[in-house]
Amino acid sequence: MKELMVRAIYCEMLGYEASFSYIHAIKLAQQGTALEKRVGYLAVSLFLNESHELLLLLVNTVLKDLQSTNLIEVCMALTVVSQMFPKDMIPAILPLVEEKLNHPKEIIRRKAVLALYKFYLIAPNQVQHIHNKFRKALCDKDPGVMTASLHIYLQMIQENPEGYKDLTTSFVTILKQVVGGKLPMDFNYHSVPAPWLQIQLLRILLFCSTIFLCRDVAALCIHCYCIQPLSSFPAILYESAKCIGNFVLSLKINLKYLGLKALTYVVQQHPKLALQHQMTIIECLDHPDLIIKRETLELLFRITNAQNVSVIVEKMLDPFLKIMLCCCIIYTLFIVLILFSYEEYTYAPDNEWFIETMSTVFSVGGDMMQPDIPNSFLKLLSEGFDSVEEDRKLRLFAVDSYVSLLQGEPGKLPQRFLQVISWVLGEYSYLREELEAATVLRLLAKLLDMKSTSSETKSWVLMAMTKLCEGGAGVSVTQEVCETYGSSLDTVLRQRAQELQHLSQDCELRARVLPRGAGLEPLEVDSSLSFLDGFVSEALAAGAAPYKAPHQRQEELAQAKALSLEPYGLSLPISMSSCSIADRQSPTLLSVSSGLSTTLKLDGVKRVWGREGYLSEREPVEESAHVEVPSPLQSPSQQGEADSSQSQTLTPIPTPQPEQEKQQLASSLFVGLGSQSSVCLMGKSESTTQRFRRKAKDLAVSSLEQTSQLSQGPAAANGICDVELTGSDMSETSPTLIRDNGVVAADPAPHEDPDKLKDLCLRTHLPAEFSGLCHSEITPLCTNQTLDFSACHLQKEDSLALVVFIYNSSDSDIQEILLELDSDELEVSCVCDSPVQEARSHSVAVCQYSLTVKRPSVHVEVVGTASYQFPAGTPHSAQFSYKLPLTSFIRPLTVSTEEYGAMWLDFSHDTKQKLTLISDGQEPLTDTLNVLKKKLQLHVVEIIGMEGIVACRLLRDQPCLMHCRLHAGTLSVWLRSPVPDLPDCLMYHCQRALQEH
Amino acid sequence: MIKAILIFNNHGKPRLIRFYQYFAEDLQQQIIRETFHLVSKRDDNVCNFLEGGSLIGGSDYKLIYRHYATLYFVFCVDSSESELGILDLIQVFVETLDKCFENVCELDLIFHMDKVHYILQEVVMGGMVLETNMNEIVAQVEVQTRMEKSEVKLSRPSG
Repeated sequence: MKELMVRAIYCEMLGYEASFSYIHAIKLAQQGTALEKRVGYLAVSLFLNESHELLLLLVNTVLKDLQSTNLIEVCMALTVVSQMFPKDMIPAILPLVEEKLNHPKEIIRRKAVLALYKFYLIAPNQVQHIHNKFRKALCDKDPGVMTASLHIYLQMIQENPEGYKDLTTSFVTILKQVVGGKLPMDFNYHSVPAPWLQIQLLRILLFCSTIFLCRDVAALCIHCYCIQPLSSFPAILYESAKCIGNFVLSLKINLKYLGLKALTYVVQQHPKLALQHQMTIIECLDHPDLIIKRETLELLFRITNAQNVSVIVEKMLDPFLKIMLCCCIIYTLFIVLILFSYEEYTYAPDNEWFIETMSTVFSVGGDMMQPDIPNSFLKLLSEGFDSVEEDRKLRLFAVDSYVSLLQGEPGKLPQRFLQVISWVLGEYSYLREELEAATVLRLLAKLLDMKSTSSETKSWVLMAMTKLCEGGAGVSVTQEVCETYGSSLDTVLRQRAQELQHLSQDCELRARVLPRGAGLEPLEVDSSLSFLDGFVSEALAAGAAPYKAPHQRQEELAQAKALSLEPYGLSLPISMSSCSIADRQSPTLLSVSSGLSTTLKLDGVKRVWGREGYLSEREPVEESAHVEVPSPLQSPSQQGEADSSQSQTLTPIPTPQPEQEKQQLASSLFVGLGSQSSVCLMGKSESTTQRFRRKAKDLAVSSLEQTSQLSQGPAAANGICDVELTGSDMSETSPTLIRDNGVVAADPAPHEDPDKLKDLCLRTHLPAEFSGLCHSEITPLCTNQTLDFSACHLQKEDSLALVVFIYNSSDSDIQEILLELDSDELEVSCVCDSPVQEARSHSVAVCQYSLTVKRPSVHVEVVGTASYQFPAGTPHSAQFSYKLPLTSFIRPLTVSTEEYGAMWLDFSHDTKQKLTLISDGQEPLTDTLNVLKKKLQLHVVEIIGMEGIVACRLLRDQPCLMHCRLHAGTLSVWLRSPVPDLPDCLMYHCQRALQEH
Repeated sequence: MIKAILIFNNHGKPRLIRFYQYFAEDLQQQIIRETFHLVSKRDDNVCNFLEGGSLIGGSDYKLIYRHYATLYFVFCVDSSESELGILDLIQVFVETLDKCFENVCELDLIFHMDKVHYILQEVVMGGMVLETNMNEIVAQVEVQTRMEKSEVKLSRPSG
């Protein structure tokens, strides 16, 4: 058996499934002798994972072995426990493991500590009471046990630096002992006493934010690499810079790597430190090892500034060619770097340089590039910068260089680059007056003829041609192209060709569809497809089955299978109104849908009045959704999509067909048709349709969202989504980049003490209009030598205000502090007149922002960059982030039960979960809802018997409805909202609120 | 924390895998393949650290590897581990194996996989470094083997 088990393990390792042996592994662990038990445990820990159901069978065995007198058995049990143990079984085993902390054998104590650490990681609240025992482990006489307990402390102190202040001295003592060589000789590594232990201790001390570190320790740390924890102590940094030099120069490649890494950390704080290593860095650039090269480039990126950007980018593009095959990740990194450096326009020397660099990037990066890079490039071109003249020049130059590229050998260019080229030419070639549209058209047509061109690129080209074919230019070329692709098998291409044909013939229409230079106008998309209402009702009248949403279908299926326990439920008035919410049979529906119902009654179609009700309307929506934007792939260019959807709406009108099928086909093909009439239809459905506006920050994001919304079909069909292109710049790519690289300087933890005092004085600087409102605790964001940033948020009735305090602790005034806030989830708008602030010496400047949620998430984060300049002249910047829970954006929403019923049906995103009840009082439901109301600011609409309905809104006005029902001692909660993710996030907070109670 | 420990030979055949974070079977194999591709391309004279893999944990993820004769020892760790520390740990692990098997080679790992796992269990426990002292590790393993042997002796006469 033992042998067989080892073989099964081997099979699993090679990737063949051996699930049949799992149960035998458990059996072996249960029944075998110690020898067999060992194999059994080993197999179990390799085969199963924490959530595997068979693991429950093992719990008893583990319990038994933990109580065993045999050391080996206890060891095995502890090992298995720390590898994997079902979360809900921890309480059963916890006392036994705790007991082992006092075991005479140190190996057992050590393992027990690690097992407890594991418990702490998977279920922190269950091991809270044993903190004292951890302390005992820290003071254990065996250094091994002490080392093991450091794992736990590192984790806990990271989470709560305040709580363990008192331990700081013990850590320092331990560190001193270690450095002083008090540990047994076994722990020495190349005559350095326990270096890894020291690093661990230093990390902990960093979180405790003590500055007890003495010089020798510093030197030692550098010796064993821990610049990262040290980087907040400037005095030590200078010291370390010297040592790093030795590291980087080192012939040992691993040390070189670490040296570069350390240098990268250091340079972030003090760019000047890089100066003395210039030559070394240059040497590293030519190093044969790619990883070294990569680190060097990252280092270079850190010291990029206005003067050296072009040189650095040149350097980057050079190895770029060589690395090409290495990995795409490196690629995107660099390209984003370039874009980023360009984003701060002052960095870029000139337009030509930028366009040329981008061309190189595109042609080298090719199709491996992520699609959002060309997108943001195009966005940059179309949005431009502050000066109109600059923009014109930039575009002109782009057109020039691309035309010359096309005249060369376009066959070699990657597809994505071709797409970019065709878009730019289509959009801006009119800027170059002496260039005839026909010439460009011919060039583009040449692209179409190439074999290597993918059909996606072809449709980009066709779109560009559509834009260009003005005033009869190049009629012959267009005609030819239309003929070739008008009968193409690819529907998208065919569609584009049709568009091209019609628009090239009808100048007036063309002018309306494609107004020149109107790329930035907001685009409205009626995603509820309400203009189809007429068609739907017609189809229903003719006997088509009403549409059911997938989840509804599932529900019905389940209902049909299960026994109905409430046979007369519907006839009772109370349950009628309460059921309505759950089953979508609200009587309020009747009034809402009355417009439709008359026609239906006339035709005598009774079926529509079934439990699906008015929802049937959604049926054709699904099939037509695919047609509206024929290919999601097309959408990367917002402009392009605007064109496509607009032009679709205006494509020739089909003659009405008598037959039902044909009509269905026709209307699904020409969905856009109805858009003129949609205005009046929309008026009718206004009461049921929730409008929500959403600003699309990024082309990629918006297109993605649209795609997902459309593919969700009916689910998302309730809102009218305005996709707006606002002037938001590309800055969001840069913060994320920086965060990914782990460079965010903001770490609120280490600056606790002084800030407590500061808090009071900062409070007095709160703007006067906020004086009455309660504000959150003032959190320090980041500190460098001269400026302290801190922030707090205030909940106002219809907005959330974020106040950032900038305290200037230096003796000189700092003018022009440019503070930029950005966030993935939030929309940040500055309340003050200008984003530029001035901080006088030893005083506080205050910036105010108003925040609204763009995309719900459990916690939202604002990332900020402050750039400022000293009177002396060196520019500086600081980064920070501020996190706040979604609950700060929740406000009560006052609605009546009828309105609630109507809204409930319209919302498409929902989530259900069972929550624990608060059952101290008489009425658990009321109590629970009151807690939620108090903690999350919800509005309780009505409580009917065992059910309650609650409403709230997410700022500014995105509603979310909640339906709760008492069921078998728990509260089953159903949340619905038109906003994706909102129900899930809110559910999380409800859960938290009830748990905390 | 250590996410995974992979040992494979020059051809990418896994010789020992140990995951401390759950991954589905096929994903595990994919990780092994990707890691092998990343590691095998590198010369002997370049550094032993690799970043930029995408499968485990995204950006907070590094590979630290060492190449011995026919075998690659790869530790996948997150940012809380020190690179040199892990590199040293690999050395300790291999030296321990060498001591236990007397001149360890690839075949030992194949035919005594369980034993290798036991040794590893004494070095790393649940993703945390348990012991870095070779003598301690060897002592622990020996105690267990001795007990095993005595049990075999006991069971033979009776059964």
